[in-house]
Amino acid sequence: MGQRVSDAIHIHCLTLGYDRHPAVHHLDGSIAAGDMLALVGPNGAGKSTLLKGLVGEIPVLDGRIERGTSAGAVAYLPQATEIDRSFPLSVLDLVAMGLWRRLGAWRSLRRGRAACEAAIAAVGLSGFEARPIGTLSGGQFQRALFARLIVQDARVILLDEPFTGIDARTVGDLIALISGWHEQGRTVVAALHDFAQVRAHFPTTLLLAREPIAWGPTSAVLTPDNLERARQLSEAWDETAAICRHDHEAHDHGPDHHREHDHAAHGAHDHHHGHGSPREAAE
Amino acid sequence: MIDALLAGIVGPYEFGFMRRALVGCLALSLSAPPLGVFLMLRRMSLMSEAMSHAILPGAAAGFLVAGLSLPAMTLGGLVAGLAVALMAGFVTRQTALKEDASLAAFYLIALAGGVFLVSLRGSQVDLLHILFGSVLALDDPALWLIGGVSTVTLLALALLYRPLVMECVDPLYLRTVSRSGGPVHYAFLALVVMNLVGGFQALGTLLAVGLMLLPAITARFWASDLSGLIPVSMLVSVLASAIGLTVSYNAEIRLPTGPAIVLSAGALYIVSMLIGPRGGLLRRLIRRHHLEA
Repeated sequence: MGQRVSDAIHIHCLTLGYDRHPAVHHLDGSIAAGDMLALVGPNGAGKSTLLKGLVGEIPVLDGRIERGTSAGAVAYLPQATEIDRSFPLSVLDLVAMGLWRRLGAWRSLRRGRAACEAAIAAVGLSGFEARPIGTLSGGQFQRALFARLIVQDARVILLDEPFTGIDARTVGDLIALISGWHEQGRTVVAALHDFAQVRAHFPTTLLLAREPIAWGPTSAVLTPDNLERARQLSEAWDETAAICRHDHEAHDHGPDHHREHDHAAHGAHDHHHGHGSPREAAE
Repeated sequence: MIDALLAGIVGPYEFGFMRRALVGCLALSLSAPPLGVFLMLRRMSLMSEAMSHAILPGAAAGFLVAGLSLPAMTLGGLVAGLAVALMAGFVTRQTALKEDASLAAFYLIALAGGVFLVSLRGSQVDLLHILFGSVLALDDPALWLIGGVSTVTLLALALLYRPLVMECVDPLYLRTVSRSGGPVHYAFLALVVMNLVGGFQALGTLLAVGLMLLPAITARFWASDLSGLIPVSMLVSVLASAIGLTVSYNAEIRLPTGPAIVLSAGALYIVSMLIGPRGGLLRRLIRRHHLEA
């Protein structure tokens, strides 16, 4: 843990999912305070689900998340924002939404105006303050959302595929911002698809394929072996999947399962063929 | 000529009942259109139409208990409308159903229940009275009610303005920074119901929606952001009320006041749609030279 123990996030045997089907299955580990963690894995691997679980947007199916900070101190940039871009709102107003925790519903925005303008300048959107959000391009809009993240000034920042559909120059600028947050000691978790980006900028990586494949220093995680295993784990969603019996304390339940299955099989054969093996029975 | 015109405009208001009607409509014009602006921007325009039906069973229940008594029908309408709004809001937030679907389910139940209650006692005339209101029969309690609704609405909008805008623009963000999204949503629905009940005194349940939505939609052709939309919508509503009342009084044929007011708002809408500077039809037809950058 870093010096800010309270910012660390501990994950205990966490299962997240939809309709009882796990999308993140039995994840254990800690995100250290000040960590800059990349979440990688194929589509459907549970990256977005994990981020939603961390921000409290979906309930946990099993296990728990321990956060030193309150849920409110986490800034979250979703993959597909629910933002209604046809709403007549200016860039400055959008960025000023980041002031909520400081100013709440009633205090004057004037106090935060300088911070908003500085954030807009930091993402390279100076001069766009009065523009309606509906007139921004995809990259400009993403810059505006990053300006809102700056203004939010959160200790923990969760980014869900922040660079999808963004040009190289903008990605470069935004990665520089993220690295700046890392240097300020904030915790950053980003779901990403570009391994080169991850290798170049993220010290730690969690490779997910519903089950955690590997979690640690990026160079140790992004090995050909690990990536191949991630690819092979099926994305299938088994409608008839049995209830998962995996227990928190005991890992020897797996063998138990096997024994039960064997018993059942032998029992059936016992009935007809004594102790003969299935093969003998078929012959 | 001018004297005759002036007499036509000012003359009606020598009568107390016309002045009362004007005051009631002006009070509603200040509170209902801003709500309409938010409904329109949230693509919930038709939601207020549904809510207006939801008021009916409560009003009908009041009518069953106390006859044609405004306080009883108002109270009933308020209770029924709030119940439908809260239940629909609850179902939307807690289940997979979207807002329009859950609201449709509840308002259909309410409307059918209301028609059933009205048919238990009373004739078609009574039903028409509930549906179309009687702006010329506003008594003191009714005026107090409308004034109170208007005051509460403006105060509440001032208090809720920032979270309400955030809930409209980016509900997910509001959820991550605050728990106020739910309460703000319910409070907004409650304000809509209150204004429909207030408007139902004057215009009836059906036409109350007109004074809420038509000015807001009209304002879209004149202003582009909230600081313009809200005052313009109020102004349109005030104009529509004054024009509707005056025309209805002076008309040779018998023109009921409620529909006259809403038709005036409709006329303002059509004119704005044609000549409005923000995306009006005529502006679109004339292609202007593009700029350098």
